[in-house]
Amino acid sequence: MAHTEAGTTADAPPQDRPTRTPGSGPIRRRRLSDAQLAWLLLVPALVVLVTFTHYPVVSAAWASVHDAAGDPTVANYQRMLDDPVFWRVLRNNAWFALGTVPTSMALGLAMAYWVNQRFRGRGVLRLAYFTPAILPMVAIASIWLFFYSPGIGPISQLVTALGFEDRNWLGDRTTVLPAIIITNIWKEAGFLMIFFLAGLQNIPPELDEAAQIEGASRWYRFRRVTLPLLAPTTVFVLIIAFTNAFKTVDFLFIMTAGGPNNASNLLLYYIYEVAFTFWNRPYAATLTVVLVTVLLAASLAQLRLFDRRVHYR
Amino acid sequence: MSASSGPVLSASFDSRLARGVERSAAWLLGLLWLAPLLYAFWAAFHPREFATRFDLTAPWTLANIVEVWNAVPFGRYYLNTVLLVSGILIAQLVIGCLAAYAFARFEFRGREVVFAFVLVQLMLIPDVLIVQNFRTMSQLGLVDTITAIGLPYVASAFCIFLLRQSFRSIPVELVEAAEVEGASRLQVLWKVYVPIARPTLVAFGLVSVSGNWNNFLWPLVITSSVETRPLTVGLAVFITPETGVNWTVLSAATVIVIAPLLAVFLLFQRQFVQSFLRSGIK
Repeated sequence: MAHTEAGTTADAPPQDRPTRTPGSGPIRRRRLSDAQLAWLLLVPALVVLVTFTHYPVVSAAWASVHDAAGDPTVANYQRMLDDPVFWRVLRNNAWFALGTVPTSMALGLAMAYWVNQRFRGRGVLRLAYFTPAILPMVAIASIWLFFYSPGIGPISQLVTALGFEDRNWLGDRTTVLPAIIITNIWKEAGFLMIFFLAGLQNIPPELDEAAQIEGASRWYRFRRVTLPLLAPTTVFVLIIAFTNAFKTVDFLFIMTAGGPNNASNLLLYYIYEVAFTFWNRPYAATLTVVLVTVLLAASLAQLRLFDRRVHYR
Repeated sequence: MSASSGPVLSASFDSRLARGVERSAAWLLGLLWLAPLLYAFWAAFHPREFATRFDLTAPWTLANIVEVWNAVPFGRYYLNTVLLVSGILIAQLVIGCLAAYAFARFEFRGREVVFAFVLVQLMLIPDVLIVQNFRTMSQLGLVDTITAIGLPYVASAFCIFLLRQSFRSIPVELVEAAEVEGASRLQVLWKVYVPIARPTLVAFGLVSVSGNWNNFLWPLVITSSVETRPLTVGLAVFITPETGVNWTVLSAATVIVIAPLLAVFLLFQRQFVQSFLRSGIK
């Protein structure tokens, strides 16, 4: 049906009408104006979004500055500033982001660059890179638990074969954070690859070909042609990777439970613990406010950077 | 002549060498990325004594899978996950089509503001608001129901955003043709807009299904019984310090959880990658 309609209208003289106000035709009388109908169509989405996204933010902020009797208080924030676990968790999360984001972005870019070329088996390779990204983190984490297990795990076997001292990777305060960072890089890189791949496919191949004819080396072309053209994608990916570092905690439940002694605890996991293990809702709400602030700050940064991108184009 | 052909030859040799090194690195990385999965399948289908010994002559077995399947109500977890994922997807698409249609087709006061208001959810996914949402669910009396797991996700800003993009590209002539035939505004949505946006619907569908299949934190918080738990939570409940040592059983459980998703992914891998690419560009 749609196709025949498209065929008949294609013959119609082209007219340049930016926005037509539909519903102005005299064919039918309508009870609702366009604006009224639009609002009505938005009701289901807005009800759900307000209830489970906007209202929780406001209610968390409200709960964080009120005590049980409903009187204003800063006690929760005072407690947070005095809470060594909070600072530990924040520091861990910063290191976690710093350890994950640049490396997984670099790997994701390399992966995208590789699978964007034509060679035999590139489909298989793309699949290998991307598979971790679509599998459930808890399932993946249980395999990594084995990889890190002291004595029998492949990592311990490799380390002892190389003549180094074996460790309990996830049970040692000094190695647990790097260990979960590696797992997260493994999970993230293939996901970020997809965005870079989309960016690469948007670059006209003529640019690279022109540089090739000029005799520029592959590395030079990558650095001076491809990379600058990928700049908007890179900014976008940076924000995604950064915020993911604050949203991804599933594997902690399986691998470390935030331990030992909070050495691998992250902000969202700590919020979970405070709310559902220690049952301290007002304090959990206070911590939620911090997390929301971090995420909103990142999205504002993204908006600013993307405004600039629009000007460049 | 010969003087100039020398450097050119060596340059192309260099670049071929560089390409060879690069490609080897690419394959090595691919192998590293597959290693955990390959191990899971190895351990799941081999007797326990081969959990850490890699011997190509080792006998294959289904005993681990059977053991785990009998010990854990994975059948029920599967059912819960399928109900959850399909329920969310249907609701997301219906709610998303209605909202995107409103944004894409009609002029009304405050449209841009409301759209920005919707997009907030791109950043503040319900996963980070578990404390407050748990309270809301207990006030609604929905704790420990599949509805409660899905409800915060049924309106997706991402879905609305993608559909609005593709709705806006629909030529006004198509709409006019349908109106001449007497279609109402809602009929135009279902007969003109939705069919044209089908690739976007499929793309979003795959992203949504894999995302919700994998979701863990919110389902963990809001469920407490076998009748409601999705697969991911079921697996996490099964993994305790005792099972953590039995790698073959653990791997079998992992394989049971990821196998259907992996199978669908392998079957539709082109569409999957294209879908993620499509939704990633925007």
